[in-house]
Amino acid sequence: MLSWLGSPATQTQVTHGARLWLYALATLMVLFLLAPTLIVIPMSFSDSQYLTFPPERWSLRWYENYFDSPQWMLATRTSLKVAVLTTLVATPLGLIAAYALHTARIPAVRAAFVLLITPMLVPVVLIAVGAFYVYVRLQILYTVTGLVIAHTVLALPLVVIVIGSAFKTYDMAQENAARSLGAPRWKAFLTVTLPQIRFGVITAALLAFLTSFDEVVVAMFVSGGDNPTLTRNMFNALRDQIDPTIAAISSIMILVTTTLMLLAQRFGGRRSN
Amino acid sequence: MATSAVPDLNAAGLKRDASLEQFRLFGLSFPALALVVVVLVIPVAWLFVLSFVGADGAFSLENYTRMVELKSYRRIFLITFQVSFITTALAILAGYPFAYFLAQMPPRIANLFMIAVLLPFWTSVLVRTYAWLVLLQKQGLINQWAISLGIWDEPVAMVNNMSGTLIGMLHIMLPFLILPVYGTMKAVDQDMVKAASSLGASPTRAFWSVYFPLTLPGLFAGALMVFILCLGFYITPAVLGGGKIIMVSMKIVSNIELFVNWGAASALGVVLLVIAGIILWAAARFVRLDQLAGGGH
Repeated sequence: MLSWLGSPATQTQVTHGARLWLYALATLMVLFLLAPTLIVIPMSFSDSQYLTFPPERWSLRWYENYFDSPQWMLATRTSLKVAVLTTLVATPLGLIAAYALHTARIPAVRAAFVLLITPMLVPVVLIAVGAFYVYVRLQILYTVTGLVIAHTVLALPLVVIVIGSAFKTYDMAQENAARSLGAPRWKAFLTVTLPQIRFGVITAALLAFLTSFDEVVVAMFVSGGDNPTLTRNMFNALRDQIDPTIAAISSIMILVTTTLMLLAQRFGGRRSN
Repeated sequence: MATSAVPDLNAAGLKRDASLEQFRLFGLSFPALALVVVVLVIPVAWLFVLSFVGADGAFSLENYTRMVELKSYRRIFLITFQVSFITTALAILAGYPFAYFLAQMPPRIANLFMIAVLLPFWTSVLVRTYAWLVLLQKQGLINQWAISLGIWDEPVAMVNNMSGTLIGMLHIMLPFLILPVYGTMKAVDQDMVKAASSLGASPTRAFWSVYFPLTLPGLFAGALMVFILCLGFYITPAVLGGGKIIMVSMKIVSNIELFVNWGAASALGVVLLVIAGIILWAAARFVRLDQLAGGGH
């Protein structure tokens, strides 16, 4: 141990001992980043109305509450439906847009890129209020269609950036070679380019799904009626009182997120920065 | 002359074809652009118009003069900037050293620690905010433990106030800072630092005069992203602020939900957007916009 402290940590002769503060800080940061979210999982199995850790008695009552409630189930179905549809719309739209921005050699490309990432930079409240205002007039308030359109716009920046960075590591000469051998552009893209950027596309699709599934503010305004989203109902429940059912739902959501993230790490593992 | 005129004619045709082809290619981005225009640009332009409509339905600047005249509105902007500045500063202080740690570790260990950044990044903001609410409340875990360990005697109010909001916001924002900083750190040529130290610089000197300046673009991009996101943040201050921390975005929502005052809400939105726009515009000289999202995690 002592010899480790004195051993060099870098090639510039900084020792591990001199870096202890950095290791301590890193440990604290990991705790700060992970512990709060993960501790919700055991707490959700608590029998008590006041969530305790460790729970005095274990119980599944909050999970039963969730699965037995028609409102929560309706909201869950809406959220899943909207998230899947958003993924199916945002991924291809973002893919062809990223392709256009990567290959077209005209000055407007830069402006188009900025416009496509504005949904990430404009305060989401503003997008929500604007969508609400327009949806009332288009009569698509509280519909799945309206939610999917709004969520697609929110997901597009991430999709375009992730697929765009996948394009940057791909050698376009391969697609050009296929085209010079007689393949039409679409065929060259589908058979040569797409398989090689698939990790980026998969990551983008997962991000689009999560963007929609986790979205709260837009859903607060344009979901409701027959189509409330899960997050909208959770947010409303949070404002009223701390219902431990939320802990059960949160745990399920953390589980889903973690699974998706590990999948992305595994299949999107070759992503590059 | 005649021999060179033929290729010239041809060249003009080819050039036209080429630029037409470029434009057709560019057209592939139109569906996505159209959607952004319909859902974002047109509604926001509409709100811009609404912000100049007074309570009587005629043109008026009352929605803007209100912000200057009413103390409550000035306070909202003050709190919004306060929360954004402090959160950004805390994110830099905590996030930069952590990114440095990640960049210095061998890839296998760094990837493991990276989970600590990516898992929260992917987890719902609402779920994370809820987790902090559970932990920080009066009967919450931290108070329970602190009292049973004798650190403090009475439950301390850590939520429904500024500190709760800041803790929650910091937790949400850290990945947005760490990812771009880590990205630039990985791109720094370690030989530069070695060169500095072989020329006699102490590790501290080598860090501050060689390494740190090279990572500034990432730090700048990350801090900018955090600040812009903070300015318009809604969920975390709404849940953890307990009604005491009212940020601009919350006032926009309450103006519509409670008072159905579209003019007032729109004007606040326009001001928020203009502030964010000015900051981004000023920053665009120093940072590439596509770096903001951490280069695509």
